[in-house]
Amino acid sequence: MSYEISHLRALESEAIHVIREVAAELERGVVLFSGGKDSAVLLHLARKAFWPGALPFPVMHVDTGHNFPEVIAYRDEVVAQTGARLIVASVQDSIDSGRVVEERGPRASRNRLQSVTLLDAIEEHGFKAAFGGARRDEERARAKERILSFRDDFGQWDPKAQRPEVWNLYNGFVKPGEHVRVFPLSNWTELDVWQYVREERIPLPTIYLAHMRDVFRRDGMLYAVSPFIELLDGEVPFEESVRFRTVGDMSCTGAVRSDAATLEDVVTEIAATRITERGETRADDRVSEAAMEDRKKEGYF
Amino acid sequence: MAQTNGHALLARSSELVRFATAGSVDDGKSTLIGRLLYDSKSIFEDQLEHVERASSQRGDTYTNLALLTDGLRAEREQGITIDVAYRYFHTPRRKFIIADTPGHEQYTRNMVTGASTADLALVLVDARKGVLEQSRRHAFIASLLRIPHLVICINKMDLVGFDQDTFDQIRGEFTGWAAKLEVPDVTFVPISALHGDNVVKRSERMPWYEGPSLLYHLEHVHVASDRNLVDARFPVQWVVRPMSDEHHDYRGYAGEVASGVFRAGDDVVVLPSGLETRVEAIETFDGPVEEAYPPLSVTLRLEDDVDVSRGDMVCRPHNRPRETRDLEAMVCWFSERPLQPSGRYRIKHTTRTVLAKVEALRYRIDVNTLHRDEQATGLSLNEIGRLSLRLSGPLCVDEYGRNRATGSFILIDESTNDTVAAGMVLWGPLSGQ
Repeated sequence: MSYEISHLRALESEAIHVIREVAAELERGVVLFSGGKDSAVLLHLARKAFWPGALPFPVMHVDTGHNFPEVIAYRDEVVAQTGARLIVASVQDSIDSGRVVEERGPRASRNRLQSVTLLDAIEEHGFKAAFGGARRDEERARAKERILSFRDDFGQWDPKAQRPEVWNLYNGFVKPGEHVRVFPLSNWTELDVWQYVREERIPLPTIYLAHMRDVFRRDGMLYAVSPFIELLDGEVPFEESVRFRTVGDMSCTGAVRSDAATLEDVVTEIAATRITERGETRADDRVSEAAMEDRKKEGYF
Repeated sequence: MAQTNGHALLARSSELVRFATAGSVDDGKSTLIGRLLYDSKSIFEDQLEHVERASSQRGDTYTNLALLTDGLRAEREQGITIDVAYRYFHTPRRKFIIADTPGHEQYTRNMVTGASTADLALVLVDARKGVLEQSRRHAFIASLLRIPHLVICINKMDLVGFDQDTFDQIRGEFTGWAAKLEVPDVTFVPISALHGDNVVKRSERMPWYEGPSLLYHLEHVHVASDRNLVDARFPVQWVVRPMSDEHHDYRGYAGEVASGVFRAGDDVVVLPSGLETRVEAIETFDGPVEEAYPPLSVTLRLEDDVDVSRGDMVCRPHNRPRETRDLEAMVCWFSERPLQPSGRYRIKHTTRTVLAKVEALRYRIDVNTLHRDEQATGLSLNEIGRLSLRLSGPLCVDEYGRNRATGSFILIDESTNDTVAAGMVLWGPLSGQ
């Protein structure tokens, strides 16, 4: 036997190691779950890490209220399967209580408001470790982030003062009020995630596969027609076969034209694509050169 | 059950290879990485457009591929690389993770970070300048971290007329110096990152060079055998006790195999308790496996109901690590707060954390000359030296040179919680290493 190991198995093993390590060293963890493919893979790996034991953490969804209905249905079903407790942290509640002020206008989004809701929930529940599905290949600032990413009392990320991360020895020591974000999928690419989803047959929300939908074109991207976006003059809805490469708010997540109706088709499509998922489908990253870095410093995912 | 899934994954031929790159912007490192990504079609159109736009805003007359890797605002503003950036690309044979580390002297700790998990280190040398202090420093760190493969890319060959003598001279000079280092495999490749010579394809402009292109070498260098498959070591991470109706009496020990091979039926000993038992089964979510080897994450079930907890190490009775409260180690200091003589730190080794007291600083190494300064009284940020440590409880260690997983540790400052050092266990007499 040659003891060879595929890249997917190596990535899986690394992620499980990280999850177990954090569970053992930090009290009160929580899995952040958006219903997107990355968080689906994360939850799958967390189940594997503790099997046949139950997941030792609750699952938390930061709910902007601007969700795809398919994603909420999927969330409830999948979390119920794991037997974990679901916590919903609501951006609407943050707005109603006056913690944040809703943006206005046709380009309004609740994307940025989520950071406040997230940090409030982390503080309220006293979470010391929040697992997220972020990957380093997604974005330039994320390429520099540690797998265990330290957050100070204000939930801030300081990219210039990160703890060195050597071998597989993670430092999870935090003081009261501080926490760590944990990114077990740091070393996965979008293609790795899709290959793994296919190999493991991980269920995903149906919007990841091609379907007919009413969309309109804005800034070169296709958006789903929804109650959460006002159409601008000249924007005309039309029906198109589309799928989503990422899942965020309906207000900032674009669709791509696609006929990929099966996981196999999607893997083929992703392997051939020449545009990144965030470049193609995320308005939230188009704000400025350092849009992600700035949001992360404020406590974003 | 889902066991077939696991086998399907294992059977996939694509192998994961991690490499660290070192060098400064002037050496053309970012250009080389940009070239590897670009030629392997791993740069996406929107990323390239972004770089082109940013280049012209800065007034660069060419597409500055360095901008692709500099992700932070401060890096773009100051035109320097601050932190390790991770990049990913794949070819049909392999998936690569690049730990791209800055080359300036003040960022030695970043190179150590990137090098700690690397299978291979890629060091750039400017053909016009030859082997500079910086290249020597990078090679030294690669050898200190026991990266098994070193590739010296002699870059900017276009600026020396693709001259073989220049290449030979640099190779000779480097080889002479590297004889002092412990690097089992050194390869030299003459390249022009800017024009792509010998990066992905063999260059026709250097017919005298008979070796492979850089990418071919990266795709074919044999890394699977670099793992230690001899010394069975399993640090316990997490005790699985479901206490559910279905798995009422289940007790399993979850962890990642650090080295060696475990099989069901193997006689094992649990350290530090010394209790001996046998492996009853090796389990995963996808079903039982016959063998477990690094770096697989599995769960061991043992035949006897022995007391095992996180931080214990499972190994074979006749091949044990050294169980000790005294460590000799080479450390790289990461913190702005210098090493405190007789200071006390937390030490994390595999899955066990105890306290360590600094008994002595044996010497500090000048990373440029390899000179050992035995008069040194401290270690500051980015300095490397040999320490004696006294531990509050036993650790089960192997020599780092034999086992990177059980020979490595970090030191954590008790008051700030910062990771202040990376350490590598040395054996025995002071003259060693």
